[in-house]
Amino acid sequence: MGQETLIEAIRTRLGPDLEGSADSFGDLVLLLRAGSVRPALAALREAPFDYAVLLDLTCVDFAASEGRYELVYHLYSLSRNVRLRLKASVPAADPSVATLVGLWKNAEWLEREVFDMFGVRFEGHPDLRRILTYEGFEGHPLRKSYPWRLEQPRIPLKDDV
Amino acid sequence: MEPLTRIQRQARPESMLLNMGPSHPAMHGTVRVMLELDAEKILNAEVEVGYLHRGFEKTCENKSYFNLLIYTDRLNYVSPLINNLGYCMTVEKMLGAPVPERAQLIRVLMSELSRISDHLTCLAAMAMESGAFTVFLYMMKAREYLWDTIEFTTGARMTTSYIRVGGVRADLHADWRGSLATAVRETRKVLKDVSGLLDKNSIFVGRTRGVGVISREDALSYGWTGPCLRSTGIPYDVRKAHPYLVYGRLSFEVPVGEAGDNYDRYSVRMREMEQSLRILEQVAALIPDSAPLGPGPALEPEQALRRSRTARATVPIRLSPNLEGSEKARLAGLACQEPPVAVPAKEDTYASMEGLISHFLFFMAGKGIRPPKGEAYFSVEGGNGELGFYIVSDGSDRPYRLHLRAPCFHIVAALEQLIKGRLIADVIPTFGSMNMIGGELDR
Repeated sequence: MGQETLIEAIRTRLGPDLEGSADSFGDLVLLLRAGSVRPALAALREAPFDYAVLLDLTCVDFAASEGRYELVYHLYSLSRNVRLRLKASVPAADPSVATLVGLWKNAEWLEREVFDMFGVRFEGHPDLRRILTYEGFEGHPLRKSYPWRLEQPRIPLKDDV
Repeated sequence: MEPLTRIQRQARPESMLLNMGPSHPAMHGTVRVMLELDAEKILNAEVEVGYLHRGFEKTCENKSYFNLLIYTDRLNYVSPLINNLGYCMTVEKMLGAPVPERAQLIRVLMSELSRISDHLTCLAAMAMESGAFTVFLYMMKAREYLWDTIEFTTGARMTTSYIRVGGVRADLHADWRGSLATAVRETRKVLKDVSGLLDKNSIFVGRTRGVGVISREDALSYGWTGPCLRSTGIPYDVRKAHPYLVYGRLSFEVPVGEAGDNYDRYSVRMREMEQSLRILEQVAALIPDSAPLGPGPALEPEQALRRSRTARATVPIRLSPNLEGSEKARLAGLACQEPPVAVPAKEDTYASMEGLISHFLFFMAGKGIRPPKGEAYFSVEGGNGELGFYIVSDGSDRPYRLHLRAPCFHIVAALEQLIKGRLIADVIPTFGSMNMIGGELDR
């Protein structure tokens, strides 16, 4: 499938959910409507697109300049040996998007990481907790509004297992 | 107090909760596995990571493209050169900078040395934790030979920062062929010995065969890559699927397993090391010997500087010994020579005003490596699988956002599922075969 036919096929399948496409240093990038991330990725996972692997999920903070967070999904199709990048913007005031848990198993940890680092909520995630930092950590460290060398308050010792 | 973890909230009142880690002899790196037990049987498990979270990505946003290279050494600290490579190639992709052939070959050489040492470390620890201490010592011995080769050239065993944007820092050490031949010979011997010790060892086979089994579908669903994915029979290797550097010209195989259990992960890694040794030999044959530098009278840098006020720099300059290998005559074959990509030759910096200015133009804040606006993803085959960098550039000298796609993260995410329903003793070889590296996982 050539690049043009691929974009055309995806456009036919996703309809208005696909807001545009771009080329970035030779990589194909598709822009999605934030509200339809889950159905769109579910459709791309199936034949004929067959993007069976959720390679990566991350987020970029454009809150100060453009008032949005940009979620970046990387998919990989084993059968066609191509990668695909999808981007969706969520408003900085209320960043939330539908979860991918149930479609891919690694989504649970990837979304916890984005939640931890950026404070983006994933609706429908069964266990949305911090993953790299700890309970009681204040703020979301990868937001641009979080100073580089901010000290965190001490937390009391846990009376733990 | 409110229970903090999922496992505490969900545990049955009659079952026992047990912590493995965060500091535990078998949890190399720091990771905590919480287990809900019925006698020795694991009913439920929860993995907690984050004990080595150093804010790699945040730090990178606040460092220039040149300065943040040292932080990539500290990701997967067993194969730092592959991390250097992944980062540098992502930046090169954005800059469109061509890398000289010799530098590409050296990069492949360094990648494969690192890959073997990565696999050796993983299997050594895995075997030791299953009771085979001899194997640990054998493999550490082989790793020392490999790291000797790396150290001769890069000057460090782990914190190498040797692969730079645009190429490599310096040429190979004068006696690199000798040390490489020793390393390859000794590693082959160790692989043969270890194969003899473990392949049919009933204790080892008993603890690994049929333990920690993952299906192909689950491995893909968890985003597994690297030896762990290949142990299930899927031959996905970034070096073959998206060839970079000169991998397309080399002949090597991608070993795969069948069952996706601990034993297959061990066996895939063993066979991969043999392939990497093959690559080392091929690359060594492709790298031409570097031309000897003319003896010539060598000026001290101070003399050269004084002389530069009245005359053009024509006489070679004596460089500090720790710049050995990056002489101007050699640099053309080692790094991209377009201005703001690689460090300018030190001879120019020391001996001419133009050279000094171009030095400052590389290192000053706001100058230096500045990829055009946009974002790029590039990945290389790391020791654990697809090691990807996603960089967003706003056109300045610092990345607006740098994200690491760490193969470990996806692999460790599956640990809970793999040990559920098994015995406590099965956690050790299963965890060992995953090769969790804290630095890469937590970033």
